[in-house]
Amino acid sequence: MKVLLSWLRDFAPLAGDVEYLGDQMSDLGMAVESIDQLGAGLGEIVVARVVALRAHPDADRIQIVDVDAGGETLLQVCCGAFNMAEGDLVPLAPVGATLPDGMSIGRRKMRGEWSEGMLCSPAELGLPADDDGIMILGRGDDALDGSAVGALLVDALGIETDAVFDLEINPNRPDALSVAGVARDLAARLGEPFALPEPPPLVGGTPADSVEVRLVDADLCGRFAVMSVDGVTVGTSPAWLRRRLEAVGLRSVNNVVDVSNYVMWELGLPNHAYDRDTLARLDGGPVVLSPRWARPGERITTLDGIERELATGVGVIADADDVAVAVAGVMGGASTEVTSSTTALAVEFAWWQPMAVAVASRLLGLRSEASARYERGCDPGAIELAARRFAQLLVEVCPTAVLSGGLVESCGELPDPTVVTVRTSRVNRLLGTALATTDIPPLLTPIGFGCTGVGDDELSVTIPSWRPDTSTETDVIEEVARHLGYANLPVRRPAQPTTGGLSERQMLRRRVRSTLVGLGASEAMPTPLLSSDDLATVGIEVPVVTITNPLAAEESVLRPSLRPGLLRAVAHNSAHRNPDVSLFEVGKVFVPADAPGVLPAEPEFVAVVLAGRSAPSAVSTLDRLCDVLGVTCELDAASPAGMHPTRSAVVRVGHTTVGLVGEIDPGVLERLGVVGPVAWCEVDLDAVTGAGGSPHPYRPVSRFPSTDIDLAFVLADSVPASVLRSAIATAAGPLLVALELFDVYRGPGIEQGSRSITHRLRLQAVDRTLTEAEVGEVRDAVVAAVATDPGARLR
Amino acid sequence: MSDLPLTQRLDALVASAADLVAGTGDLDALHALDVELTGRRSLLVEAKRELGSLEEDDRRAAGQAINEARQRVEDLIAARRSELAAQQRQARIEAERLDLTEREPARTGRLHLVTQARDHLEDVFVGMGFTVAEGPEVETDFYNFEALNLPPSHPARGMWDTFYVDVGDPGTVLLRTHTSPVQIRVMEATEPPICSIMPGRVYRRDTADATHTPVFHQIEGLVVDEGISFADLAGTLDAFTRAYFGRQVRSRLRPSYFPFTEPSAEYDISCVFCGGVGCRSCGGTGWLELGGCGMVHPNVFAAVGYDPERWTGFAFGFGIDRMTAQRHGVDDLRDLFTNDIRFLEQF
Repeated sequence: MKVLLSWLRDFAPLAGDVEYLGDQMSDLGMAVESIDQLGAGLGEIVVARVVALRAHPDADRIQIVDVDAGGETLLQVCCGAFNMAEGDLVPLAPVGATLPDGMSIGRRKMRGEWSEGMLCSPAELGLPADDDGIMILGRGDDALDGSAVGALLVDALGIETDAVFDLEINPNRPDALSVAGVARDLAARLGEPFALPEPPPLVGGTPADSVEVRLVDADLCGRFAVMSVDGVTVGTSPAWLRRRLEAVGLRSVNNVVDVSNYVMWELGLPNHAYDRDTLARLDGGPVVLSPRWARPGERITTLDGIERELATGVGVIADADDVAVAVAGVMGGASTEVTSSTTALAVEFAWWQPMAVAVASRLLGLRSEASARYERGCDPGAIELAARRFAQLLVEVCPTAVLSGGLVESCGELPDPTVVTVRTSRVNRLLGTALATTDIPPLLTPIGFGCTGVGDDELSVTIPSWRPDTSTETDVIEEVARHLGYANLPVRRPAQPTTGGLSERQMLRRRVRSTLVGLGASEAMPTPLLSSDDLATVGIEVPVVTITNPLAAEESVLRPSLRPGLLRAVAHNSAHRNPDVSLFEVGKVFVPADAPGVLPAEPEFVAVVLAGRSAPSAVSTLDRLCDVLGVTCELDAASPAGMHPTRSAVVRVGHTTVGLVGEIDPGVLERLGVVGPVAWCEVDLDAVTGAGGSPHPYRPVSRFPSTDIDLAFVLADSVPASVLRSAIATAAGPLLVALELFDVYRGPGIEQGSRSITHRLRLQAVDRTLTEAEVGEVRDAVVAAVATDPGARLR
Repeated sequence: MSDLPLTQRLDALVASAADLVAGTGDLDALHALDVELTGRRSLLVEAKRELGSLEEDDRRAAGQAINEARQRVEDLIAARRSELAAQQRQARIEAERLDLTEREPARTGRLHLVTQARDHLEDVFVGMGFTVAEGPEVETDFYNFEALNLPPSHPARGMWDTFYVDVGDPGTVLLRTHTSPVQIRVMEATEPPICSIMPGRVYRRDTADATHTPVFHQIEGLVVDEGISFADLAGTLDAFTRAYFGRQVRSRLRPSYFPFTEPSAEYDISCVFCGGVGCRSCGGTGWLELGGCGMVHPNVFAAVGYDPERWTGFAFGFGIDRMTAQRHGVDDLRDLFTNDIRFLEQF
């Protein structure tokens, strides 16, 4: 919402410089996004007349202009624009002048010709512009008096220095979507008087012969008032009106539309002028405007030239033929638009149900300045004033206009005035203040809130009709805080009622991350949004949660696995000549629930990808992970989808499958354009955290010597080494304190299809030195046990 | 030789021993020489055996002379031994010389920038007495909107562009647009006092550009107890600001609007780049916008069954990604999630 300082000052003195006023608006919650100082830096620009245009001898894109700037001699200026003609009045920045953007003008040569200044475009002067090229102040004798030559531009144009504040208005401040509303708030803060304009009352009788209002749906429209105008001459608006509208970002259209927009901007009440002669009449009698809900299938072409299909929930204004001629609160129709040939108007001032306009705007995908105001809630009490202001301004900019009396109107359901009881004790509890009840009215009455005391602690507060957002005690307390100024509220630290800390899982997650970082892996953070193709590429085919309104097909599915994201990261790095990255991620995956309507499960996984490394690296990483997770895992050879069929295993803790480990399927890597191998391991943290249990008890360190025995067994390739290892561990019993696999041998001396695996067993007792006999017993027990299961022969 | 007087013979022996000792090249040779000069078969030992044939007085004098000679030889050997040992050590040390910079620097792993920021934020808040709560990323309309005082077709819902998923009735289940639903879940699960932060991943249906990504991270806080006021909110955020951003950084609150808090405020910090005098990063204002906050709206308490007359509370929240990217001078937020190792390894 842009507001012009001079416009704000129509309502209140607003003493103070531009920066100060901007700070006050920000502090009131109308955040100043930018301040545009109009007319600043124009003090040295003069009006000059183009006397002659000459071709530059050495350049096609520059011409030489001789200008009369009121001095004794003509000045020669080089200019890159060609839109002016001899006799035109143009702005000249003479030598020594500084433009608003800080550029200073010197006497200089352009392609061998002197230039004694610069002719300016509107943009160079910081003024609004429709066209490129030099600003034409007048053609021949038009517009500006010849005596203006040599005058200062600001005097010739009547430019007053002014400022445009671009404000960010919060949704709960519909009142601040108007110049008057901003001025009211600001004047209250500054302790200055505020006054709305008081246009003369509408005179004459009710123009029932020209317009009739038939309000059909009272739940759509709270009040519908129409003013009738005849004798209209549509034309260009005067400069002051155009400048104000353009300064706040509105395009000047014609005097009628400009007045309509001006009133909306100033008072916050949208209004709409119909060409009355284009509206259907009732048997040659009055035109009819009839607010009602749209019927399914009904169509209208709106002012923007687009034909739209209406639907239930959209409000319209229908004419005597019951044809929709405007979308209520959003936009008028093209068929009844005010054009250059319009001579009679019906001007609508209405209050629409905010929700109706919000729904219509959303259903039609059509937002306008009117809908933005109506859906936040306009002031139904402003209708009279807006109509009078419209009439006042229209007569000023279109003197031929004749008002046909007062307003024709009809009322539907309007919100009741709100009265809220505000307890001072509650104000103080919520704000931490120590206000007395008498401190509160001075903050609220200047913004139109009526306050009457009820008791020592209570005020009865009447909410003004322009603050429909305010309906509860807390809403009013916010106003108290706003006008006290947030910076003036007390500051303290709460007495801490709780003890801070991380949960077990949060601490575990951090340990997992630092362990993996310690192993040289970097943490990646791929997006959880995938395409179905991403899953097919990595060979995963499982049920997924799908986004029903994705922005792009590439991000339309929630990941069921961390693999697509991390493998894509590997592919990205590989394509950038970093083929051997080690990456990990700790993150949620999404598993659709079986039952309808139940939220998906979101198990948290840790996954590690080691590009350029083979399966054993992944297993070794898995061992470190299991160590930090506090679990002992078993590997069961398997061929999970997307994994290398003979180099993968599922990870099991007890009877629960908690992850998988191995290498990515070479076919997957080929599709990703990655040269393998790529090692992978993933663990479901939700599944293992249950398995970990309490910290295991301390096992005393023995002070007695230990004994090592090496045992080499021949084992068939079909049996995993882990089976032999656990068989040895089980058979060796409690004396076994360490078990190390230190050699695997295939070759002469060992039959085809088998290998020799050597383990070193360290045996030790806590309470004694082991005897040779005891060591021998363990040895024999192990040899006997593994011979039976898994059928390993001592070598 | 035996014809010469004993002392002369001993002098000659010591002199020749000195030459021999000086001529040894290593400790092994010295050891052999030691045996030869002072061992059982050495001249010194033999000379001692001859003492028996001498008179008492002569014997004492001769014995003393032999001992002195022996001592001189042993001193020579000992001196040579430490000389040789030093040489040998020096030779070995030279042979073992290494250039410790002849290496490829190790590739170390890194935590993601967002994780580093999140951990740091968590640590600061934990130090201030907060616990850390988490919740699902796929949420129901109730937790994400309705319970937060955003009933269906509330106009302010337009503040959040929302992804919906194919769970339940159309438009009822969504990807959370903020971490605020965790507030509702925490309040449903526990009675006050509550003092928690809720960090996590959130989703907005925004086209990715340098300053927006559809997936990003937020952290928010909730404090509910008897007697909590706006003053506590201001004090908590000010303490956090100084603890996280530095002693000299200030905070300020400006009026704002959020459906789930009232009064609501924008939370700004003094610009960490220019110290508040105004620069490009803060648009010349001296302040950086961080997030939103306010007093928990009574309707939110009503939705979780808290008595708004008894309990009051405040909530605050801000984005992690943009804040940390700005601190490190990362101009394009999308770079955070490309997972390029050249990016990841810088932090």
